Amino acid sequence: MRLAFFALLVCAVLLVVSVAPANEQKNWKDKPDDYAELGKAPEKARNRANPLENDPEAVAAGRLLFEDHCAECHGDNAEGGKKGPSLRAPEVQNAEPGSIFWLLTNGVVRKGMPVWSRLPEPQRWQLVRYLKSLGIAEASRPAKEASPKP
Amino acid sequence: MRLARFVSFALGLLFLSFGNCVRPANAQENPYVVTYDHYLEEPGNLEVEYFSTLGTQRGGNDFHSYWTEFEYGATAWWTTEFYLDAQTTFHDSTVFSGFKWENRIRPLQREHWINPILYVEYEDINGTDKTLKEIVGHDLEADFLEPNAETRREHEREIELKLILSSTVKGWNISENIISAKNLSNEPWEFGYALGVSRPLSLKASAKRCSFCRQNFVAGVEMYGGLGDRYSFGLKDTAHYLAPAVAWNLPSGWTLRLSPGFGMNDNSHQFLLRWGVSREINGFGGMVRRLFGAKS
Repeated sequence: MRLAFFALLVCAVLLVVSVAPANEQKNWKDKPDDYAELGKAPEKARNRANPLENDPEAVAAGRLLFEDHCAECHGDNAEGGKKGPSLRAPEVQNAEPGSIFWLLTNGVVRKGMPVWSRLPEPQRWQLVRYLKSLGIAEASRPAKEASPKP
Repeated sequence: MRLARFVSFALGLLFLSFGNCVRPANAQENPYVVTYDHYLEEPGNLEVEYFSTLGTQRGGNDFHSYWTEFEYGATAWWTTEFYLDAQTTFHDSTVFSGFKWENRIRPLQREHWINPILYVEYEDINGTDKTLKEIVGHDLEADFLEPNAETRREHEREIELKLILSSTVKGWNISENIISAKNLSNEPWEFGYALGVSRPLSLKASAKRCSFCRQNFVAGVEMYGGLGDRYSFGLKDTAHYLAPAVAWNLPSGWTLRLSPGFGMNDNSHQFLLRWGVSREINGFGGMVRRLFGAKS
């Protein structure tokens, strides 16, 4: 009976604690090192070429995948959301396709980004094609960001 | 106890309808009903699932058991889930069986060849539970013969631990679950297993939204059964099932699953027909937070 009570207590504590971390909102602009994970991709992964580089449908398919799986955190235009940084920052746009693919596969679990190996490899490459097609957002350019409001 | 059936259905429908009003998440779910893979719920998302099992019963009444699951991504490495179980035994009665609470934790940060997940569950159920969600120990078909009026008097509090091992290679997911369960009232540890293999029908995504694209269908097969208990470990007096399974992930955010299961020996139910419907709600945690006054 004591064990049952203890188990129930542990479950109750877990439920209460679980609500907080998922809803933690971050100010990504204060953390430029959020892109540091991209630099951790092993050389072999970094050097992988996108097998769908010349696939004419890859960008369109990647856009749908982005809307379904990424926009909630990274924003509809990939310019950053409440939970995820901008993917139109120079750090991402200048990264090798292989590094972005590696990051998608492994996630950044301790910072809240899930692993996306659930998506088959071709779909992850389609996402990479879409992300790379976006280009650097104006808002990500330091000069614009620092300009005073009228 | 028609109330139990009503509450279980109503809760599931309420949340599933609620899912229509919010941004859907186009899930990419595996078709498993029993086996777990290593993919956790995305942080802040809530997945509401309703499952049914129609089971045949030799020497007794067939049954229809059903459960509602609320699966919430607390973090990218921790998913917590709450279950409500009920069942109808034909020519007998409908009863509420109890609740279960599970937690799945991902101990490793990155993706590996084999990815382990630790699973802890607490169950507070009565003897009427017929969900057959986990087959452990010497769970046999003959155990289901007693009428609900008798089995509902049995009260079980159980701890269940699982080691989930899962790999995804070239689109194939291969999952193995090693299960141990202990009734907290001085009964021995019981053991079981679940294995699953699945693959989407197409690995590439279509450039257009479509319901019937091959990428939306994931087909697979599960095998699960008991492995005896601490004092009699092995296959003797245990039940085993083989179940093909298919999932249809719709662009609207709904997932439908169908899995006919076949008993592999005389201790097993001859046939189990399982089906389920689920809906993932994006950003549920944030919505709850705003409901209580947090700024968006």
